[in-house]
Amino acid sequence: MESWSVVSSIIPSAIAYTMPILMGALGGLYSERSGVTNLCIEGLMLFGCFSSAATIVKLQAIPGFSYTLAIVIGIVAAMAASTLLSLLHAFASINLKSNQVISGTAINMLSTAVSLFLAQTITGSGNITIVRGVIRSDIPLLSHIPVIGRLFFSRTYWTTWICLALWGISWFLLYRTSFGLRLRACGEHPSAVASAGVNVHRMRYIGVMASGLLSGLGGACILVTYAGEYNAGSGINGLGFLAIAALIFGQWKPLGILGSTFFFGLCMTIANMGKVFPVFQSIPAGYLGMFPYAATLIALILSSRKSAAPLASGEPF
Amino acid sequence: MNRIRPLEARKASPLLVSLSAVVLGIIAGCVFILLIGKNPFDGFEKILFGALSSRRRIGNTLGMSTQLILIGLSVSFAFKTGLFNIGASGQMLVGGIAGSILAYYLPMDMPRVIYIPVIVIAAAAAGGIWGFISGLLKAKFNVHEVVSTIMLNWIAYWMVYDFIPRFIIDPTISVKSKPIPLEHTLRAEWLREATGFSTLNYGFFIAIIMTVAVWFILKKTTLGFSLKAVGSNRFCAEYAGIKVSSSIMISMAIAGALSGLAGLTYYCGYSEIMEMGKMPNEGFDGIAVALLGNCSPAGSFFAAIFFGILKMGRGSLAATGIPTEIADTIIATVIYFTATNVLLSAFWNGRFQRSFEKKEEAVSYALKAAGDMRCASDLSRKEFDELAKKGRKLMKEVR
Repeated sequence: MESWSVVSSIIPSAIAYTMPILMGALGGLYSERSGVTNLCIEGLMLFGCFSSAATIVKLQAIPGFSYTLAIVIGIVAAMAASTLLSLLHAFASINLKSNQVISGTAINMLSTAVSLFLAQTITGSGNITIVRGVIRSDIPLLSHIPVIGRLFFSRTYWTTWICLALWGISWFLLYRTSFGLRLRACGEHPSAVASAGVNVHRMRYIGVMASGLLSGLGGACILVTYAGEYNAGSGINGLGFLAIAALIFGQWKPLGILGSTFFFGLCMTIANMGKVFPVFQSIPAGYLGMFPYAATLIALILSSRKSAAPLASGEPF
Repeated sequence: MNRIRPLEARKASPLLVSLSAVVLGIIAGCVFILLIGKNPFDGFEKILFGALSSRRRIGNTLGMSTQLILIGLSVSFAFKTGLFNIGASGQMLVGGIAGSILAYYLPMDMPRVIYIPVIVIAAAAAGGIWGFISGLLKAKFNVHEVVSTIMLNWIAYWMVYDFIPRFIIDPTISVKSKPIPLEHTLRAEWLREATGFSTLNYGFFIAIIMTVAVWFILKKTTLGFSLKAVGSNRFCAEYAGIKVSSSIMISMAIAGALSGLAGLTYYCGYSEIMEMGKMPNEGFDGIAVALLGNCSPAGSFFAAIFFGILKMGRGSLAATGIPTEIADTIIATVIYFTATNVLLSAFWNGRFQRSFEKKEEAVSYALKAAGDMRCASDLSRKEFDELAKKGRKLMKEVR
């Protein structure tokens, strides 16, 4: 029964690791589907992580202030902050028609530098540790289902359910409404959409801002679920780029990215918790750490050739 | 009158755009310093003091700039082929670890004239292989180089994490490599004495040589021409018979080799140890260097020295209470403004256009006053400027 205990402790963590990547990838989906290449998911997530950490630390320090309410406000603050930051990318790539890859990289650097700068002024050391994150809880009834209940419904974070709900809403919005059709068309043939009387710039702004909103939520999820601190040194360890890789691996489709992000979440769990399990103990730490990134590269090699990227992604209009 | 083109307003040069981006970056830095309630002039004075106030400090600044120059060249080189190399950090790490392992295991009595070329070639080869992998993935499997280089950065990070304890660990501090003895670094006794024992090392000369070499390859060779052709229009290049996929691989391999050299100068010259679990930030600063330098070798050289001043000078900020990250904030703002160069060049072009139109008005006034029947657009640049001056004076007198 050893393998069962490994699986039952890996899967819940894998889900926790998946959600931030899923939010980042979903954000990237909005942006790229609307025709703006978004390489600043990393920076947006990091900024979300930092802003929620700063907000939550300030609020949790107030005596008598509810910890949960502080977390909720922190998450909202993260979403707002990352959306504001994403506007910079939107302005550069939509209005100024500048190189979107460079603009994205600039946002990544800007986000790292500004959040470190502000974190230094807030705490002095640069690391911000929150008093308490989201408490894991069992879902009533569902957690009693054999096997599935143990894997998916016990000891879950409530943020996970919000993320999954947003994923569902996004799928509906993008594939079942006229708004979604227009947004996707902006990423394929912007001039056709424009001739139908749709404001392409506005749709693209919505796409980029949605990616800011969702990436901010993803960054906040990292903080309030498994990380518990904003770390000045390691940031978010390239999770934003994993999210972009997941977007490509998932072929720019909601169901695809759900699968690919879960795969990366699983890899991250093995990398981070590997030492705990006797099965992986003989593997050197370096190889375990390398595993998710190497797996991503291999996944990209397998999936990029017949890539179904939106046609006009990266093309200014 | 052998003019071919009619007179028109000046266009904003890349240098002007870059300088404006620097000015805007510094203004943004001032705003951030003001936001936390400190004096920006004090801050910038301290930065300049920390970077340039003594021979030793200047030496350290140049020592810091060395890797930035090489990475700036690496990013610029890939960019000329239309590739965005953000994997310089990983390429630095593999170049650095290759150099460090050799420094540790090669015999101490090996003559320097043989030893230095050996580690230089090893580091360049290691970085080159790392870059080549991204090029191969891009050319053969259509994997976007930005994503693959980032993944390779982290793979290099964990590889170094594994290699340090395996080969070159310092047993007393178990997270760092054992310091390389002075004779096996790129440092030289005469350079150290001339600059008050700063970090300036032979790497700086490698950087100068590479700046010239990159300029030569890009400007004077067929290889450079075909790489640039692929960068400006890959379909056109393919039609002209240039092998696009091998160009991509060669370009990434050369870019990787340059970053590998940067790793060598960083870990075996600027510093003499490697730490476990540390991603070198210089890889990302190099992108800023390349963009600010308009992706030209000479531009990268001077941009790297500017960023070197910021990065070395920030050490002296501690006394003012301004966080040292202000330097990175300025660098990031500078790149954002270089990325949005359209805005800056539109601004300058607009200004030039307006001043040109005013001049034109003055010229036609002067022509009319002198009873000259020629049209303003028929004049040479010299006549035009003279008449503009005259016209302006006349207009003032009338008023």
